[in-house]
Parts: sequence; structure tokens; C-alpha cells
Amino acid sequence: MKRKRTKFTLQSKYLLLILTGLCIVLMAVTFTTDLFTGMVARISGYVTIPFQTGISEIGGYLSDRSKDLAQIRDLQKQNQELQERIDQLTIENNTLTQEKYELNNLRSLYQLDQEYSEYEKIGARVIGMDGGNWFNTFIIDKGTDDGIAIDMNVMSGSGLVGIVTEVGVNWARVTAIIDDTINVPGMVLATGDRLMVSGDLELMSENTIRFSKLIDSEGKVKEGDKVVTSNISTKYLPGLLIGYITSMEADANNLTHSGSITPAVDFEHMDQVLVILDLKQQIDENE
Amino acid sequence: MKNKILAIFVVIFSFILQSTVCRYIAFGNVGPNLLIITTATFGFMMGQKAGITVGFFTGLLVDIFSGGILGFHALLYMYIGYFNGFFKRLFFKDDLMLQILLVGCSDFVYSITYYLLMFLLRGRFHIGYYLMNIIIPEVVYTILLTIILFSVMTLFNRLAEKRRSRSSEEIV
Repeated sequence: MKRKRTKFTLQSKYLLLILTGLCIVLMAVTFTTDLFTGMVARISGYVTIPFQTGISEIGGYLSDRSKDLAQIRDLQKQNQELQERIDQLTIENNTLTQEKYELNNLRSLYQLDQEYSEYEKIGARVIGMDGGNWFNTFIIDKGTDDGIAIDMNVMSGSGLVGIVTEVGVNWARVTAIIDDTINVPGMVLATGDRLMVSGDLELMSENTIRFSKLIDSEGKVKEGDKVVTSNISTKYLPGLLIGYITSMEADANNLTHSGSITPAVDFEHMDQVLVILDLKQQIDENE
Repeated sequence: MKNKILAIFVVIFSFILQSTVCRYIAFGNVGPNLLIITTATFGFMMGQKAGITVGFFTGLLVDIFSGGILGFHALLYMYIGYFNGFFKRLFFKDDLMLQILLVGCSDFVYSITYYLLMFLLRGRFHIGYYLMNIIIPEVVYTILLTIILFSVMTLFNRLAEKRRSRSSEEIV
């Protein structure tokens, strides 16, 4: 028994050493080249994606069923509430019609009439999340076979969700705009002032994103203003709704403002997303 | 051989569960870390070698799917498996306390290292915030899951042992 154990430790030490070396080599290679990207994407497409799709469907089904049960209990109550909502919504509808008219005016003003509807889109199902709690990326069940490429914008409902950062044959990885590493150039729709929207893990739990570098010289930007992607962004199509300003304050330099934005998308309950198949026009620097 | 196939199955299965089911059971954006449980468990139940191998492949899977630097998670999980392997001598199947302690420490060390390397180096200095809102909740949640999983596993173990003792009697 004793002899066996010493032999065991010796071996495991070597194994550890060899694998540590291997990891460091792998890290160095991924840091300097993109040798593995294609290969890795292909392997994972065949190994785990089918399972993830299945389990995600089961999970979705189960959570749907449990929701159903909860709903049956609350159905009576909800019915009453819904009646009240109808009244409320009728009033809201009126104001919305007015706002729509206003919005149309604004759109033509800012030449945003090239609305999302013009973009070619494809629906995809969210089948997996990034394993940990630190970053906010997710996997969708469409890949190069469906025409998806890196840097395509992803939306859910009316708002911007994120951007495709990695793509395989039958899957793609989307990094959400609330991810800690993502910066999106945006602008305030009402005034055209540009700002920088950056995801922040500290604000993720509150479901808000940070914005900064807003130059609002005339002081016209106010809370509740819509923020859309800016036309000067290199990767994001212009005019996609990011969210609404919830708080803002002047920076110490008194030139710029920063604050937080409530995204238009509910990132916690996201099952279906739309991938915009149009890519932002890139300038070829060689020409 | 049987153990190896079991290990491969467990690693892939727990990874898939981690990336799919854990988002359904996450509380306030923080879910448990199933992969740490797997790696640590293999480490202190089967020894350092098993811990290293399982940790390496688990981490590699995470690397492939998180799309970051290939080898980073592999290295982290591998060392967790290795250090848990030291506790094989102390490990008894019914001793839940050691298991909780080991899994908890593993997850804590993993999270702290992860924070230091991926967040502190990018200038995110609010360690208190990350500690209170992500690291500690994750550790607690992971420990909770460990308790549930181990209670189920001890049950299975007892059943298996009963069968094993019966069959070994036949052989002897």
C-alpha cells in the first residue's frame, strides 16, 4: 500500500508538469495566432452542441410546465388584474399612438428611416450559457450553415442583445452588451449626442449598463431618453435600440456625463433571439 | 477502464448541465459551479492523477466554449484537481464535512484566482463588491448543491456496496 502511494504521487507530479506545459503552450498559441479557432469550433459543434440543444429544450419545457402550474393558481387573480390592465392599456395605447407619430417625425429627422425591418434577420434559440458567473455570453443554435458570421448583431424583441464573437458550423457564441468586456458606441436619439456604452459586471445584477463620455453641452439629455447604436460604430449597425437612460451625472471634468442605462432587452429571460445577417459596412483600408 | 468511461461521461454531462440547467436555477445571476464539484470530487475520491486528468479536460471544455484563451481554465481546474488529490487519505465516504470544506475552498480559490487574473488586471478594483455579490454567493450555492449531490451519491454508494460485497463473497 505504501509503495503504491509513493509511485502514484511521482507519476501525478510528472503528469501535472506535462499538462501544465501543454496548457502554457496552448495559451501562448491562442494568444499569438488563431490556429485553434476553426478546429475547436468544429469539434465542439459535434461533441456537445447536440446535447446542449436537447437538454436546453428539456429545461425550457420543464420551466414552462412549472410556470404553467404556478399560473393556474394565479389565474383567477391574473384575470382580474388583466381586466384592469386592459383599461390601463387603452389609455396607454392612445398616448402611444401619439408617441408613434412623434417617433416617425424624429426618425425622419435623424434619417433613421432605415429601420430594423429592412435588415435581413434569422431567428435562433439560446441553447447554452457561459459556464460561470463572470461573463455574459451565450450559445445559439445557428452557425455558418445558416449564414451566420462573426460580428453580426443580435437582437431580441426591439433591442440590441449583443454581437456574434465566435461561430461554428451549427452554433455561434454571442457576447451580450452587458458583458464586462463589451463597449458599444451609442447616441442619444433625441439629441444625437454620442456616448460610450460599456457593460459592467457590477451593474449586471441590477440589469443596467454603464454609459460614459456623453458630451451634452446644451444640457438637453434627460433621464428616460432613448439610446441607440451610433452610426460611427465599426461593428454595430446604426439605430438599434440599446435602452433608456435611467440615471446620469456630470463627470469630475465637467465636460462629460456618465450614468446608467436600462437595456431594452430582458437578459435573464431570453430564449429566442434574432441575428441580423447584414454586417456593418467596413472600410477596406487597402483601397 | 470502467472508471475512465464513467469519468468521461461525468465530465461531459456536468459540463452540459452547467451550461444549460444552471442558468435556469441561478439566483440573481449567480449559479452554482458544478464543474468545481466534479473536479474536486474526482480529486479527493480517486487521487491526484484522476483529479489532474478530470480537471484538465473539464477546463479544456470550458475554454473551448468560453472562447477565451485556450488552456487557462484547463490549468486552473487541473491544479484544483491536483490539490484535492492530497486529501484522498483523509477522505471517508460518509464524511460530508470534509467534502463541503474541500469543494467550498476549491470554488473560493478558483473564483478569487479568476477575479485576480480576469478582472483585477483589467482595472476592476472593487474586490468587496465581487466578493459579496459573486464569489461568496457562488461558493454558498455550490456547497448547497454539493450537499444535495452527496446525499444522493451516498445512497447510491450504499446500494452499490451492498451488491459489491455480495459479489466479492461469491468470488472469494
